[in-house]
Formats: sequence, C-alpha cells, structure tokens
Amino acid sequence: MSAILETRALSAAYGPTRVLQSIDLSVPERGIVTLLGANGAGKTTTLRALCNMMVRVSGEIRFEGQRIDGKATEDIVRLGIGHVPDGRGTLVSLSVEENLRLGAYTRRDARVAQDFERVYSYFPRLKERRRQQAGTLSGGEQQMLAISRALMLRPKLMLLDEPSFGLAPLVVQEIFRILRTINEQEGMSMLLVEQNANIALELANEAYLLETGRIMLSGPAATIGSDESVRRAYLGY
Amino acid sequence: MATLETSRPATTAAAPLFAGLSLRVWQIIGLAAVLAAACVLPFIISSYQLLLANQVIVYAVALLGLNILTGYNGQFSLGHGAFYAIGAYTTAILLDKTGIPYWATIPMAGVLCFAVGFLFGLPALRLEGHYLALATFALAIATPQLLKYKDFDFLTGGVQGIVITAPDAPGGLPLRADQWLYFFCLLWTIPLFIVAWNLLRGRTGRALVAIRDHPLAAATMGIDTARYKSMTFGVSAMFTGIAGALGALLAQFVSPDSFDFFLSVRFLVGIVVGGLASMAGAFFGAIFVEFVPNIADLLSKAAPQAIQGIVLIGCMYLMPTGVMGLVRALGHRLGRRVAR
Amino acid sequence: MQAFLHQVLSGFATGGIYASVALALVMIYQSTHHVNFAQGEMATFSTYMAWKMITIGFPYWAAFLLTLLFAFVLGVAIERIIVRPFYKAPVLSVIAVFIGLLLIINSLSGALFDYTIKPFPSPFPSDAWYGGPYLSPHEVGMIFVTFVVLALTFFFFRFTPLGLAMRAAAENPVSSRLCGVRVGWMLALGWGLAGLIGAVAGMMTAPVIYLDPYMMFSVLLYGFAGALLGGIDNPWGAVLGGFIVGVLQNIAGAYLVGTELMVTVALVIIIGILVIKPSGLFGRPIVTRV
Repeated sequence: MSAILETRALSAAYGPTRVLQSIDLSVPERGIVTLLGANGAGKTTTLRALCNMMVRVSGEIRFEGQRIDGKATEDIVRLGIGHVPDGRGTLVSLSVEENLRLGAYTRRDARVAQDFERVYSYFPRLKERRRQQAGTLSGGEQQMLAISRALMLRPKLMLLDEPSFGLAPLVVQEIFRILRTINEQEGMSMLLVEQNANIALELANEAYLLETGRIMLSGPAATIGSDESVRRAYLGY
Repeated sequence: MATLETSRPATTAAAPLFAGLSLRVWQIIGLAAVLAAACVLPFIISSYQLLLANQVIVYAVALLGLNILTGYNGQFSLGHGAFYAIGAYTTAILLDKTGIPYWATIPMAGVLCFAVGFLFGLPALRLEGHYLALATFALAIATPQLLKYKDFDFLTGGVQGIVITAPDAPGGLPLRADQWLYFFCLLWTIPLFIVAWNLLRGRTGRALVAIRDHPLAAATMGIDTARYKSMTFGVSAMFTGIAGALGALLAQFVSPDSFDFFLSVRFLVGIVVGGLASMAGAFFGAIFVEFVPNIADLLSKAAPQAIQGIVLIGCMYLMPTGVMGLVRALGHRLGRRVAR
Repeated sequence: MQAFLHQVLSGFATGGIYASVALALVMIYQSTHHVNFAQGEMATFSTYMAWKMITIGFPYWAAFLLTLLFAFVLGVAIERIIVRPFYKAPVLSVIAVFIGLLLIINSLSGALFDYTIKPFPSPFPSDAWYGGPYLSPHEVGMIFVTFVVLALTFFFFRFTPLGLAMRAAAENPVSSRLCGVRVGWMLALGWGLAGLIGAVAGMMTAPVIYLDPYMMFSVLLYGFAGALLGGIDNPWGAVLGGFIVGVLQNIAGAYLVGTELMVTVALVIIIGILVIKPSGLFGRPIVTRV
C-alpha cells in the first residue's frame, strides 16, 4: 500500500524556537495513523506544519507523491487535505449550515447536496441545529461540526487535532465510532493527533510517539500499545 | 517590519569612545556646541532666516509634546493641531482683550492646554489605537469650525482672526524685537526639553513605554495606567500649547484656517520623520515641518500633501524609527568599530 | 410640524450617504480591525473620475457604472499594493500608512482636477414626479440608490458563496484557509467593495455639497460617527447608525446649534459613544486578552 502522505526531515519553528526536529512519518492510503505524545511534544505543530500554517517549515512533505511543502495553506487544502484544527475552529457567527457550505467552498461538482445528507446522517444532531448559530453549539456538537466541515471538502486525507479534547467520554466514543465508519466505508486516510492515547490506539493502524519534537517510537498500533514504557507513561497502567 | 523600539539599549556610555573621551562626554560637548551656536545665530543671519529658525524651534517644542504622547506612550493623536490652536488663541485673545503682558500669556496657555488635554485624556483612557485616532481626527476637523463659530466671534475674531504685535526687547537690551523673541522662545524651549528629558529617562519614561508596549501587563505590574495616560495627555497638550502660544507671537497673527486638520498631519509627519520616541528627533522633524511643505507648495498646491503622504508611508516601510533611529543605529555601529 | 418632518426626512436622505460610508468602513474594519481613514478620499477620487467622464460626454449612468468598476479596482489595488505589507505591523504604523494614503489620494485629486469647486449633475431631474413637499427628487433618488446598494450588498453576503467566504475570512481567517478560501484575496475584495460603496456615496453627495478635493472630509466623519453609533463590527448596525446620524444632524442643525457647528456635533457624538459604549448600540463588547 502506498503512502498518501510522507514527510522527510520535517522541521518546524515558531520564530526562533525550533519545535519539531526532523520528523519522518508516513500515512498509508486508507490507513489511520495516530501521533501521540504529551503536552508540548509538538503534535499540533506537526499538523500545522503539514498545512503550512503559523509555523516556519523546512524539510520535505509529499502528498500523493507530490511535494507540497512551501505551498499556501489554502492550496494544500485544495489538493484534498482536510484539517480539523485544535479548538475546532468553528465560525461562530455563521449558522451550522453555512459552516458546512463553507467547507464545500472549493467544490465545483454536483455531489455537494448529497454530501450535506451524508454528513447529517453521520451527525443527526447537526441536522436538527442546522439553522442555529454555530457559536451556540455545545463542545461536542462543535467538534462534530468541525469534522463535518472537513468532510464537506471530500478530502483524501483528514488531519484531526485532538478531537477528544474537552468532551464527555460518551461523546468521544460516538465521534470515534463515526471516524472508523468513515475510514472503512469511504477509504479516507487519517492522521490523528491525540493526547488520549487509549482511544487513539483503538482506532489507528499505526502510531508514532512524539517527545519534545522528535519521533521516539513508531510502529503498528497494537505493538505501540503494548510497549512497556508507553503503557506506563501514556496509558496509565 | 515596522516596529516601535523601546528605550535605548544599555551601551557603556562611560567607556572611552574617541580621543579618550567617553560617549557621554562627547554628547555633552555636542550639546554645548549646539547651544552656543543657537545663541550666536540671531546675530549672524538675516531677519527672515531668523524667523524661520525661530519657527523651527517652536515646532520642535510642539513635536516634543506630540512625541511624548504618541511616540513614548503610544496614544495616537491626529489632533494635536487643536492644542497648538488653543495655545495660540489663548495668547492672542489675552493680548488683544486684556492688559496681560505677553510673557505671562505663555504659562497661562500652558496651564489651559494642560487642563484641556487632561480632560480629553480622561475619556480617551478607554480608547486604543484606532478609536483614539478617530476621536482625535474628529477633534482636528472640528477645530477650525469651532474657531469660526459666529457666537465666539467676539473672542476669536471669527474668520478674520486676531492680529497681535510682537513684543520689544525688555528695556536696556541691545536686541531687535525679532532677536529678543528668538531668545524668549529659547528661554522656554531649553527648560521644556530638560523637563522632558528628565521625565522620560526616569521611572516615568519607563512607565510610559511599558504602557505603550504592554498595557495590560503594565497594569498588572502596579502601574496606575489611567493616571499616567491622562497626565501624559495633559503634559503633551501643555507642551504643544506653549508652542502654539510662542508661535502666535512669532506669526503675530492667528486665524482659524491656519489650524486645520493638515496642521495635525504635519505634526504627525514631523514625529515620524524625526523619530518616534526620540527627543533630538523633534528638531529634525521640525526642520522637515517648517521647510518641506512650504517648498513643496512652490511646486504645486497638491505637492505638500503628496510628499507628506509618501514620506509617511515610506518611513513606516523603510525607517520605522525615523531619522533619529537611523542615527542611533549608525552611531552604535560606529561606536563599536571605534571602541575595538 | 411640516418643517420638522422636512428636517427628519431630509436627514434621512443624507443619512443614507452616511450609512453607505459607515458600511464601507465596517466592511474593512471587520476583516482587518483597521479603520480606513482614506475611505473618503477614495470616494472623492472616484467621483472625480465620474465627473471627468460626464464632462467628456458619457451619459450619466454609463459614467456611474464605469466609476463603480474603477472604484472597485482602485480598492483592490490599494489593498494589495499598499496595505498588504503592513498587516502584521503595529497599530500606529498602520494608522500612519492610512493617513499617508489619505494625503496622497487627496493630492492626486487636487493635482489632476484642481481645487476649484465643481458642480456635479444629479441623475434625478429637479422637476421629477417623485419629488414632494418634504423631499427634493434628488433626495428621493439618494434614498432609493442607498437602499438598492444596501440590498444588493445584503444579498451578496447572505446568499452567494463568495459572500460567505468573505464573511468567513473576516471572522476567522485560519478556519477559512482550512476550507480553501484565499483569505488574502477576500480582503482585497472587501476593499474593492468598500471602494465601490464609497464611490456611490460620493456621487450621490456631490450634487448637494459640490465637488472639491475636501468634499468627503466631513462626510467621512459623519460616516465614522454612524459606524461607531451602530457598532463598528456590525454592518447593519452601522447602517442604522448612519441614518440616525443624518437625522440627528438635521435636527440639531435646525433647532439646536445651527448649521455651522455640524462637525462639532459629530465630534461630540463620536466622543460620547466612545466614552459611554465603545461597542456602539449593536456591536459586541470588546474583550482583550492579556
């Protein structure tokens, strides 16, 4: 299986401060890869670096074999990478439906109306609230909205930044179940950044462990999950 | 690329710089030389040139006032022409309508402008950046209108303005009226600059800059931001008001249209060119303000504004710290090279 | 009573101009958090373009539409070329740049078209059927044109994808980029639209107060007052604010302070709002993080 996303010696810095030191990772097609690590390890920075937002990036990034490092964020997105940012990035003054319509902004094909229904079928609560102002949604609903907004792009690869953050366990389960469904039914590749290592390892095929900007460990999710040091440090047992 | 620098870095001013004397000593020598030259000037240049030189000095005081507020304290004023006008009209009206001697009108103008500035500064406390610029913009546009208001005509002389005569030198001194006026202005300028220098390099100055750069952090550090900001407004207005009063004596005439929005613009350009947060820059700025628009006016009516506009944008782009910033930067490089 | 009604309706007509200027100001403020001090001059310069076209023989509405196009392109060009390098610059630098822009455009108007006052035609003939006891045909026309512009703007932002993208870019550029929106161009478009709206305001105002390079100075101020009154981050509040300022101005002028102190009234309004409720009647209160 070829990799839909590959990085080589990816480094990132905020101003003079280097946060990522030469990261090599790859996401196989139709696969789910999770990036684990503690606070400040550089997980969010990695996703930002992939989309060239807010950081100075060096190194190689290949999407579907083509170099994308150096491109503008909006151009990277247009190539088929959806990004669900940390903090959800809800456009609070727009309605739910407008948020979704914005997600489909770059699409010219006729299947957009279909995609609204698809997204509403995954998240019926969004359909109920579709005319509501997005800022009034609960945290869980905003997370669903953020994922849906990225889905409206019909991306080939989806980047998710801590989708479980601040959400009740039941809501998290629901969201992750839907993510698995999307991956299985539509073959969408995913790169998932999570602090909640347990649930991430359940979903993912492969895992990388990031510590102070370096990849410490990588391999199949099950192997990483049973690794002694990972268990102690990140899984709590 | 355009950043306002904080106060000068800690160079070793006592270390030997050149010919065995430290930077500090050279600064003092330089200052003394400038002062000496300034005192000699009225006797070696023509009357007209003296008028120009005098106007430069007056503008320098006005610009110093604006710089204290905008450059050091970060409160943007597009309306300092209004304070200049208040100072000028105070002197003119007092001389026209009362028997108060000319030299007494200057501090009175200063006090009045301080009060007005302080009062304006109070509501301005809640305004940042654009909002304050807006409010002062409105002030600048409203000023000529207020001065022309018919009901105030009995005081302000309306559109015609007020004509005043320049004072003669006090009895006994062998000076022409214009030479005396020059020294009179110097007598105000030098102490004002010393006062400003003292204020700005000490705790007050640091507080002002802290408020400019990190207002919320400054407040949490215990700096009474509100008090400083409104006092700064008052002091700034006072300086510019005194300059206006001196300017009125110099021009021997005040009229509403000399104090329009474009005067405030000239002041803004002056501090940008001379250097925000720089005292010596006030003179460079004043030279610019005095000469460039007038010379440009000879080219065409539109030229002064065009040139000032281009200068403003150009300075922000290339030389955000103004002439003095450039001089300082060069000075540091020179200093390091010589000290090696 | 009749006189009062006349003042109110007349004020409503000029209020339409202020509402348009206020809208243009808010459009730029919303997306950039900068106040465009050069808005008035851009409008004046565009109006001069119209004047030139009419003078050399273009029919009014042709000149009108071409001027709108010109104003749009001018706005886009100014944003891309002059304003863009300063997006990350400190507030004071940006204000200085806008004032510089004000000066340059003002002097261009003066240099190209000289400083003499010029009459500007109104497309609404003075004996038209829609004039009445309270409003001249031009005033009726002003109100009509203002409403058309406002309605078109509303529909554009509410119901077109581009309008949605512009609103999104103004509110949350990061999330918008993640949806593929070219935020930079959205800002440029915002400036273009603001320029266009300003040009309409200029062309409607010129027949009343005559065309000279300083024409829009006070109109800009009233537009500011309206925008602040309604809430500088709320476009429709700003529009309402503009109408209110227009009516207030006329009433104050006729019954309170006389017409010579009009700008001072605007000053008082501006300071009053900034002191009492800086976010305006309908704006959101401003919250700052340390």
